[in-house]
Amino acid sequence: MEFFRIKRTIPFMKYSLILNGISVVTFLVAVGFLVFRGLNLSVEFTGGTLMEVRYSQAADLEKIRGAVEGKGWGEFQVQNFGTSRDVLIRLPLQPGYSSGQQAEKVMATLKAQDASAELQRVEFVGPAVGAELAHDGAVALIIVVVGIMIYLAFRFEWKFSVAAIIANLHDVILVVGLFAIFGWEFSLPVLAAILAVLGYSVNESVIIFDRVREHFKRYRKMSTVEVIDSAITATISRTMITHGSTLCMTLAMLIFGGPALHYFALALTIGIVFGIYSSVFVAAAIAMYLGVKREDLIKPVKKEEEQSLVP
Amino acid sequence: MNRYPLWKYIVIAVALLIGTVYTLPNFFGEAPAVQVSSAKGTVRVDAALMGRIETVLKEAGLAHQGVSMDATGQNNFTVRARFADTDTQLRAKDVVDRALNRDAADPSFVVALNLVPRTPQWLAALRAAPMYLGLDLRGGVHFLMQVDMRQAVDKRMEALTGELRTLLREKNLRHTGISRAGSEVEVRFRDEETRKRADGVIRDFNRDLLVRDEGSGEDLRLLVALSPNATRDIQANALKQNIGTLHNRINELGVAEPVIQQQGADRVVVQLPGVQDVARAKQILGRTATLEIRLVDEEAMAANSPGAQSVPERRPDGSTRSVPLRRQVVVTGDQLIDANATFDENQRPAVAVSLDARGGAAMRQASRENLKKLMAIVLYEKGRGEAISVATIQSELGNRWQITGQFSTQETNDLALLIRSGSLAAPMEIIEERTIGPSLGAENIERGFKSTLYGFLAIAVFMVVYYRVFGLISAVALTANVMLLVALLSMLQATLTLPGIAAIALTLGMAIDANVLINERVREELRAGRTPQQAITEGYDKAFATILDSNITTLIAGLALLLFGSGPVRGFAVVHCLGILTSIFTAVFVSRALVNLTYGSRKKLGSLSIGAVWKPGTTAGANAK
Repeated sequence: MEFFRIKRTIPFMKYSLILNGISVVTFLVAVGFLVFRGLNLSVEFTGGTLMEVRYSQAADLEKIRGAVEGKGWGEFQVQNFGTSRDVLIRLPLQPGYSSGQQAEKVMATLKAQDASAELQRVEFVGPAVGAELAHDGAVALIIVVVGIMIYLAFRFEWKFSVAAIIANLHDVILVVGLFAIFGWEFSLPVLAAILAVLGYSVNESVIIFDRVREHFKRYRKMSTVEVIDSAITATISRTMITHGSTLCMTLAMLIFGGPALHYFALALTIGIVFGIYSSVFVAAAIAMYLGVKREDLIKPVKKEEEQSLVP
Repeated sequence: MNRYPLWKYIVIAVALLIGTVYTLPNFFGEAPAVQVSSAKGTVRVDAALMGRIETVLKEAGLAHQGVSMDATGQNNFTVRARFADTDTQLRAKDVVDRALNRDAADPSFVVALNLVPRTPQWLAALRAAPMYLGLDLRGGVHFLMQVDMRQAVDKRMEALTGELRTLLREKNLRHTGISRAGSEVEVRFRDEETRKRADGVIRDFNRDLLVRDEGSGEDLRLLVALSPNATRDIQANALKQNIGTLHNRINELGVAEPVIQQQGADRVVVQLPGVQDVARAKQILGRTATLEIRLVDEEAMAANSPGAQSVPERRPDGSTRSVPLRRQVVVTGDQLIDANATFDENQRPAVAVSLDARGGAAMRQASRENLKKLMAIVLYEKGRGEAISVATIQSELGNRWQITGQFSTQETNDLALLIRSGSLAAPMEIIEERTIGPSLGAENIERGFKSTLYGFLAIAVFMVVYYRVFGLISAVALTANVMLLVALLSMLQATLTLPGIAAIALTLGMAIDANVLINERVREELRAGRTPQQAITEGYDKAFATILDSNITTLIAGLALLLFGSGPVRGFAVVHCLGILTSIFTAVFVSRALVNLTYGSRKKLGSLSIGAVWKPGTTAGANAK
């Protein structure tokens, strides 16, 4: 069995201009949402209290909202979590209350409403911790980007390094943008997922660049565009299969992982799909726009070696 | 020919063997157990206690599955008795608790319910243990507590003000006032001469002080501050003392395996697995007890008036009386080093108290000036003070002294414990709290396990169908990968959390990439007309550089997460990084070894079972020649 029976080199770069146009537009839309709407940050970043309450029967959200509203703590959220019996309540930080006192108060009211209410989980994050986590997250992102750029510049050439990072940051922005557009909760595990996807997508670009370098060596007569097209064509089968396998895993997490892993798995799934797209159409194209040449990649080599590479 | 030298096979076989052995403990599950540990510094857990527990259980007719003693720290042991079911476990707990702790109000031992891995003896002897599950998987409470360092330093500055006042009086240096001014102590003088002398005296008194001049004419001042080093020491000691106090308090809760760790310069992480009663845990941890030793205002006492401030004292007969106190605080809790039950020279029960140098000096002076007067030790809890001891000063006291009286050993034990518990050096605040119910933890394990299993199966089936024998080899390599990863996590006893399980799943999904790369390369080489043996060699060689590259970029991301992540992110990153390392090993070396064993030694290898290799120009797929 073989899925990909590719007879000719597919002219990926021919489509890249249109696709990159679309990319730029979606990128701007994502940035727009990020700036104007912002992320729905979890309590880990904002500080506050998160409670998960389980009922023996489907929970009456309106009644619970009423109960929390009565406390007069300002903006809060009550929503189902996974099943109709599980309820997630988010409370803002409240001066004068330390730690889980708010949760205790709410729980007392809920118990009075329905004795079957059972506290499954409480998370309380103080204001200082939240700011710290956000800061650490940003630092981690910068370290990842810089680390990967240095590695690629050293391993290939700066044009590739820049191209790979732009392509993959574009992925990150799109994923984060989707979280902003749909108001999905952006938590620490989601941040971890995004950074993991960043590392993973870069490796996709690396594999294509590796081929580009090899084809530059092997096919001396080809133009840059032809070389890039042939390199992507040669790796497309592997790209699809690998990502298919990884998607199997993330989809399994999305389906069976329960609500705790939901957004984490979602970020991974979307990130991987964008990763394929950006490696194929964005990274190589940017390297092309940056004017990557045969000479950039092939250091003067000995005659015999060149000959052995000719098919 | 594709053959590995013998040593490579041996290395791989040994790695896999070690992996198997250390993965094994995870399959045996856990047994309900009763765990006994010491509740007091003075009570030791030893072999005699183990024997006693065994006898108690035998007398009660409760069958156990083994009683063992394990070290949990320096000179710190716990005895664990395992049982077949939770019923026996609960009954055993009651029996043991009653037998060991005669007085329920003041237990000498912590008797707690626990789950102990059912790891067989021979595996335990190899130090093989199951993975250490995080709180989100086993349920419990996690607190992150911030120590208020400003207050710790403040307290020291307050004491310093008093010390300077005494010092200048002793040296007969006239000043016009001493007061706190922010992070400094300000001493005012009228003339330059006195100020100069005071400067020297203060510098000699404590080398950790920074002294500077200010003002002119009639208004001369000396500003005394703590050196950065001294401040750091105060903070480090405050943290250490708070951790010690937390240890004592958590003992009260009877938690089987509490974790109390310093995090950063001013934070303490407390994890209490299995604790469900958060309110009580918080109440006990959050006690803001502080201790003060003050002189009793005897005039007010004689006049039966409350004086400036009075606190109640509970007498041994159960009644209470009000004890008026003098304003000046002689010693505070942060100057206390230890308090222990002991015996005096006449073999009567007593409490030995030791203070640090500063506390000792203050004590010496106060006791010298107030011989035969009453001194009270006051414990403040949640703002309310209580005199836990009121005693007559019999002689000049210093760093170490004893409280004697008509005490029973029980009473001295209690008093020592109370004094110790009052020595929280600085207030703490809970800045992060997570509580996970036990059923949620079990659900998380199941969900994490299920998604990993199903994802793994989907990948394995696909690989076998798509790449045939090579796919099977890839699937076997992937299995070896999970096993090695679990073995590593078990060996390192790294905390496995739900994001950690997710990382195992993700790592598997990514690890297969290496095998796909190899298999695709081998197919490509076959397509290009190489012989099967050549195709294997070339395929693996060419793919290796790519695999290394791609894994390094992933590793960079993983390491950044490890360094800057906290909580759930770190749990994810640890597994992710380890997984990348194991996957390079299994995908490249283990799978190659299997390929070599299958095909490597065949001289006339006609074809490889790697699925159909389609060649441009032909219409139907045919096995590669």
